[in-house]
Amino acid sequence: MSTDTHFNLLARVLHWTMAAMILAMLFIGVGMVASVSLRPVLIDLHRPLGIAIGLLALVRLGNRLRHRPPPLPADLPRWQMLGAHASHWLLYGLMIAMPLLGWATLSAGGYPVTLWPGAVLPPIAPHGPQAYALLHGAHVLLAFALFATVLGHLGAALFHAWIRRDGVFSSMVHGPRRTSGE
Amino acid sequence: MSAFPLWLRRTWPLAAIALVLALLACVFAWAAGWIGTQRLTAQRFTNAIEANNGKVYPGYRRAHGKGVCVTGRFTSSGAAAALSRASLLAPGAVTPVLGRLSIAGADPHAPDAMARVRSMALQLTGMDGQQWRTAMNSFPFFVVATPQGFYDQAVASRPDPATGKPDPAKMAELLRKHPEIAKFQQWAKTAPWSNSWANTQFNGVNAFRFIDAAGHVSFVRWSMRPQLPFAAMDPAQRKDAEADYLTDDLSARLARGPLRWDMVVTVAAAADPIDDPSQPWPQNRRQVVAGTLELDASHPQSTGACRDINYDPTVLPDGITLSDDPVLAARAAVYSQSYNRREDEIARGLAPEATGRESAR
Repeated sequence: MSTDTHFNLLARVLHWTMAAMILAMLFIGVGMVASVSLRPVLIDLHRPLGIAIGLLALVRLGNRLRHRPPPLPADLPRWQMLGAHASHWLLYGLMIAMPLLGWATLSAGGYPVTLWPGAVLPPIAPHGPQAYALLHGAHVLLAFALFATVLGHLGAALFHAWIRRDGVFSSMVHGPRRTSGE
Repeated sequence: MSAFPLWLRRTWPLAAIALVLALLACVFAWAAGWIGTQRLTAQRFTNAIEANNGKVYPGYRRAHGKGVCVTGRFTSSGAAAALSRASLLAPGAVTPVLGRLSIAGADPHAPDAMARVRSMALQLTGMDGQQWRTAMNSFPFFVVATPQGFYDQAVASRPDPATGKPDPAKMAELLRKHPEIAKFQQWAKTAPWSNSWANTQFNGVNAFRFIDAAGHVSFVRWSMRPQLPFAAMDPAQRKDAEADYLTDDLSARLARGPLRWDMVVTVAAAADPIDDPSQPWPQNRRQVVAGTLELDASHPQSTGACRDINYDPTVLPDGITLSDDPVLAARAAVYSQSYNRREDEIARGLAPEATGRESAR
C-alpha cells in the first residue's frame, strides 16, 4: 500500500497544527506592537509560541526530507509547479528563520528572552543598536513576507480544492482511502 | 446548479477564494491598526508625544530624554521574601544594577533644575538572566488614571503655535474629562523641589502582584526612599542653577562615596485601588524595606550602557507580575515604540549627538 498520493500522518498533523499556530502568531505579532492594552499578554504568548513553531518546523523538515511528498498533478502548468515548490521552501525557511530572528532581536535589544516566568533563554546576538535595528527590521519585514506567502499558499490550496479539484488539497487533509472518487 | 450560466459557475469559487484572502488581509490590517476606527495605538500615542515635544531629538528617548547612566547594586534585606519568591528579594541576595536618573521632558538640553518631575529607572539582572526593570518618578501618584487620559493630556497640552502655551479651553475640557489631573496639578504647584537626585524619593506608582512561594498574591507598590535627608531648592536657586546642575551634583556626590536608597514595598489593603495609579494608598499601609540600592558610579548616557536599554516596567522576574493597572501595558507599548525609533536612528547614523560623536551645542 502506497502513501504516495497523500502526505503522511505526521506531515498532516504538523501542517494543520502549525497552520493554526503561525496564523495566530502573525496576528499576535502585528497586534502586540499596536495595542496599548494587550501588549504584555500578547508578548507572553508570542515568545514561547515562536520557539515552539521553530522546533516543530525542524521536526517537520526532517519528516519532509525523509518522506517524499505526493507529486503535483502532471497537468499543472509549469509556472504553478514552480510557484508551489518555491513557496513551500520559502515557508520552511521562514518558519525556521522567524523564531531565530525574534530571539536574536530580543538579544540585540538587551531584553531577557523569557519563555515563561523564570525560564530565560541566553542571548544569541550582541546587544547594540546596529544589530537591533537590523534584526528587528528583518523580523518585521519577513513577518509581512510570511503573511503574504501564507495568503498565497491558502489561495492556491483553495484553487486546488474548489476549482481544479485535483486531489492536491485532500492530500493534506486525510490519508489515502480505499474508496475511489477522490 | 445547472440553472446558473457557465461563467457564474466558473467565477463563484474564484470570488470565494478572493473573499477569504481579502477577509484575512483586512483582519490583519485591523489588528495592526492600519484600518478601521482611529483607535489609540502605540504608534499614534508615540506620535502624539513627539508632536507635543515640538521636534524629534534623534536617538533620544521620546520622554525623559535627558538623563545619566548609573551603576551599582541592590542588596536584598529578605524582608519582602515572604511576599515574593523573586530570587532578587531573597535574604542577602546582591544583584547588579544598571540604572538611569533623568528629568521629565524630551529636550536633552533642558535645564535640570527647572524639571518638576525627576526619575529613576533601574534594571536588576539576576544570575539566572531574569530581570526586574522599573521606571519610577518623583511624583507620589500618576497624573491620570488611564492611558486615554495620558493621551488626551498630551494632545490638550500641546503648545498653541500662536501663543506658545496650551489652549486654556482645551485644558479646561481635559480637566472636565479627567478630573484626577487637578490633584496632580496641586502636587506640582505645592510640593517642595529637592536639590538633588540623591535626596529624592522615586515612586513606582503602578501596582504589581507579588507572588510568594506558595502562590499567594499580594498587591504592592514600591518606592526608592533616599537615605539622605530631603533638602529643598527654592525658585531663585532653580533659576540660577547651571543647565546640568543635577548631573554635576550627582558626579560630585558620587566622587565622595556611594548613594543609597531603601526600597520600600507598600502592601495594599483589601479595598485599595490596584488598577488606578492616580490614586495613592493611605499612609498607614503595611510597609517593608525590601533592600537597599547603592549607586557608586555615573556615566554620560551618550556612551553609557543605559542608552540602549528600554526601561520597560513590564519586564519582571518570576515572583512579580503585572496588576490590572492599564497604564502599565500602555507604558510598555509606548516605551517599545520609543526604543525602536531611537535605536533605528542611532543605527542609521542619524544621532551623532545622542551617541557622543558630536558635542552638545
